[in-house]
Amino acid sequence: MTETTTKPAFGVTERGYYGDFGGAYIPEMLYPNVEELRQNYLKIMAEPDFQIEFQALLRDFVGRPTPLFFAKRLSEKYGCKIYLKREDLCHTGAHKVNNTVGQILIAKRLKKQRIVAETGAGQHGVATATVCALMGMECIIYMGELDIERQAPNVARMQMLGAEVRPAKSGSKTLKDATNEAMRHWINNPVDTHYIIGSVVGPHPYPDMVARFQAVISEEIKKQLVEKEGRPNPDYVLACVGGGSNAAGAFYHFLDEPSVRLIAVEAAGRGIDSGHSAATTALGKPGILHGSRTILMQTNDGQVVEPYSISAGLDYPGIGPIHAHLFKSGRAEFYAATDQEALEASLELSRTEGIIPALETAHALAYLKNLNAKPHEIVVINLSGRGDKDLNTYMKHL
Amino acid sequence: MNRITEVFQNGKANLLNVYFTAGYPNLNDTATVLQALQDEGADLVEIGMPYSDPVADGETIQQSNQQALENGMTVAVLFEQLQNVRDRVTLPILLMGYLNPVVQFGVENFCKKCQEVGVDGLILPDMPMDVYLDDYKTIFEKYGLLNIFLITPQTSDARVRQIDGVSQGFIYMVSSASVTGAQSGVSAGMEAYFARINAMGLHNPRLIGFGIKDRDTFQTACQHAKGAIIGSQFIRVLQENAHDLQPGIGAFLRSVK
Ligand SMILES: Cc1ncc(COP(=O)(O)O)c(C=O)c1O
Repeated sequence: MTETTTKPAFGVTERGYYGDFGGAYIPEMLYPNVEELRQNYLKIMAEPDFQIEFQALLRDFVGRPTPLFFAKRLSEKYGCKIYLKREDLCHTGAHKVNNTVGQILIAKRLKKQRIVAETGAGQHGVATATVCALMGMECIIYMGELDIERQAPNVARMQMLGAEVRPAKSGSKTLKDATNEAMRHWINNPVDTHYIIGSVVGPHPYPDMVARFQAVISEEIKKQLVEKEGRPNPDYVLACVGGGSNAAGAFYHFLDEPSVRLIAVEAAGRGIDSGHSAATTALGKPGILHGSRTILMQTNDGQVVEPYSISAGLDYPGIGPIHAHLFKSGRAEFYAATDQEALEASLELSRTEGIIPALETAHALAYLKNLNAKPHEIVVINLSGRGDKDLNTYMKHL
Repeated sequence: MNRITEVFQNGKANLLNVYFTAGYPNLNDTATVLQALQDEGADLVEIGMPYSDPVADGETIQQSNQQALENGMTVAVLFEQLQNVRDRVTLPILLMGYLNPVVQFGVENFCKKCQEVGVDGLILPDMPMDVYLDDYKTIFEKYGLLNIFLITPQTSDARVRQIDGVSQGFIYMVSSASVTGAQSGVSAGMEAYFARINAMGLHNPRLIGFGIKDRDTFQTACQHAKGAIIGSQFIRVLQENAHDLQPGIGAFLRSVK
């Protein structure tokens, strides 16, 4: 058994609180399912046969460990040692599959027959459709109408894999609305359906469970850095934050290492104060969304504000409660990158390292120019996904 | 005595509880709808505080929430609209909504306002029981507000007992596993669930809600509980009678009771 899934993170309590944030703010209709999951997830994850199956799938199906790539030309440009954690090389093209492989195994052990999920960029939808196909389970994916348009290649992939993609037509027709619809679907189908949430959001135990499944990212970084640099800890870890699952995974095993600076980059959209932004920590305040107490963008009257980002995966008005806690406690630093900065960073990585990143990931890369790391310092950027799905957008802005 | 407790104690059967969204169809219709419900024979009312992301609600109530928000409805505006409502309306009034707007208003401030305008109870479906017991119960009680909990067909007997133990007024018995607005009517499976709950000998009376829409479903529900709650269907009635609410509401209530 690896330590990945058994080491508790961030001092999460039994009721799912990270400091002031977390919990399970759900209607009674969801209580039996969420409670069943809460009572079983740690037990199942600790079972030897689960561990064997999970580790084998991560290795042979997902393709782990993913490489830690020394980005030589980028390092020269920014005057420090930059490593890229290649989650883009995971099967399906992003870190999302680490979580869906784990959750589908839990769903099977809970004897569920159907899977429902939300998706923004479509990466989580594809990763969910993929594991459903692998396990022969029915799969329904809710996706905002706007996202169906801007991430069309991923819609086609989900359909190819046999999933049913249902449009979410309310609100801004993006990730938040898809999440609402997936929750409603779960309420309407309470017995044989498991909801695979795609980020460290939702009611407890989801944030903790998803973080544990993504923790493999930082577990591998530590080992790989020992091989390459003779020390397990970098000076910086950078990751983009939509809900925050790739960041949670990249930060996980460094949380108790105060020498490692954890840098989370949100989507500023057209600018933090433009009225078209998804920079949650800059614009939000504590509130309740999708089952947890967290930081969210809202009006004075407590209505959720429609976010905006060019990147469908970051176009979300909240963040996971883990990140609300990291922000409030100051353990992680939160910044935001605009659409334009992300597009530029994406082009830069493509042309200096031969890697086209996802638009989401590009937000993390965009922070490099502000980092001012010293020549001997080691910077690890979590390259959460590849950019094939975003080529349409990239071509428009080239 | 709390008006909710009173209506259940005075022995009347077949209680009709009607849900409507505040500020719908037009911002200033709240008091009109309330008055019409009283005049036309409702026994309790639930006023919905609109929310941007009502995950437990189906399309009809979602749209009414959306429309009410576009009309300018807020928690503060609702309290203004309810300011002198107790001069005319004697029905038990519950406010129903999601927790975030209440938390942003300030829970104690919210409860104080409820007492001032004469609200009797609250239904906040996404408020967890442990948070209620640890943080809010004493505040609710200080301002004379009953907190109404939901149960569903999936709620275990043990949890039903736990909910019964912390409930006052009544228990909201959700008829089927669904969001609001389901069109399924009352099926045999539901009757088994109603019978199971009835056999438990709970302290609190129940009202059945979700999927109640006409005389038939109302009557069936009333055979298994003290009464029933109509929501989505009433929102449709408001939508169809937006220009002349009182007669439309009257005709609908007479068709049900
Ligand atoms: C490649 C990639 N990175 C990041 C994200 C954002 O999600 P999270 O913040 O949970 O990692 C997404 C979401 O779709 C994604 O596809």
